Amino acid sequence: MNENTEHLGQINEIRSMMERSSRFISLSGLSGVFAGFFAMGGAGAFYIYLQPRLYTDFANEFPVDIKMDLIRFCLLDATAVIVLSLLFAVFFTTRKAKSVGQSIWDSTARRMLINLAIPLTAGGLYCLILLRYHWFGMIAPTTLIFYGLALLNASKYTLDEIRWLGISEIILGLIGCFFIGFGVTLWVIGFGILHIIYGLIMYVRYETKPKEAKYWQGSED
Amino acid sequence: MKELLEKLNKSFENRIRLGIMSALMVNDSVDFLTLKELLNVTDGNLASHLSALEKIEYIAVKKEFVGKKTKTSYTVTRLGRKEFNIHLGALEKLLKQNEK
Repeated sequence: MNENTEHLGQINEIRSMMERSSRFISLSGLSGVFAGFFAMGGAGAFYIYLQPRLYTDFANEFPVDIKMDLIRFCLLDATAVIVLSLLFAVFFTTRKAKSVGQSIWDSTARRMLINLAIPLTAGGLYCLILLRYHWFGMIAPTTLIFYGLALLNASKYTLDEIRWLGISEIILGLIGCFFIGFGVTLWVIGFGILHIIYGLIMYVRYETKPKEAKYWQGSED
Repeated sequence: MKELLEKLNKSFENRIRLGIMSALMVNDSVDFLTLKELLNVTDGNLASHLSALEKIEYIAVKKEFVGKKTKTSYTVTRLGRKEFNIHLGALEKLLKQNEK
């Protein structure tokens, strides 16, 4: 019996070490939840900004100065959402890294971020191209598709669930291509609701069971 | 049962050696500092286990220059990979047998 627990301990040790050395497992679910709320807040702000202008100017295209105003507001809004999401992600992930004994900036973190960044950068550039050709309606679904591909790519280096979030974003983006003009709604679903759902799943699965999360520190203490 | 126990490799009984091997199995190569952080051990302790594994040719050492500093990283050899898989297989079978 005693031998049995020893063998089980060895297997757990092996599994945890393989995971910790090859995957960035400190990603906190809460960062997803907060990113989702910020995204929805951003979309809300956009609507509040757009609402009074919608009825006065939409009938005969936006006058140039309002268009510029709108683009400036969008950029500010998006930047605020991204910066806030990242700040909270770093905070929650640092906290979780401490509890699982992984460093927040190690080779697994770098590997994950690089693999996330490549499709994301490609997507960003592609959206600039769409902007250049004035295909505004395609921008929202395109961001979702490329974001999904980026998550799918990064999922090999972090928790498996990210893969499903990626696939959901891709599907949502593709569907969105048929509903041009519902960009903000798409963003609310993709960046808001999906993030919150997946964040909660990950939080419940990995962060509310301290016993399991700490098994690799086991054999010494 | 006895047969399986014999398949367990004595070189992997130590927690740190087991950890080193596990990390190397799933990565092309791992450097000294990363191993140290992962295992949470002192330099001397880690170095002695690494050299023990190197001596029986389960792992190989690679030294390269990064700027002015040397970076030592380790990879698992073909022999090491084979032995580790035998050990892991035996562990799993033992556990399955005991479950019955």
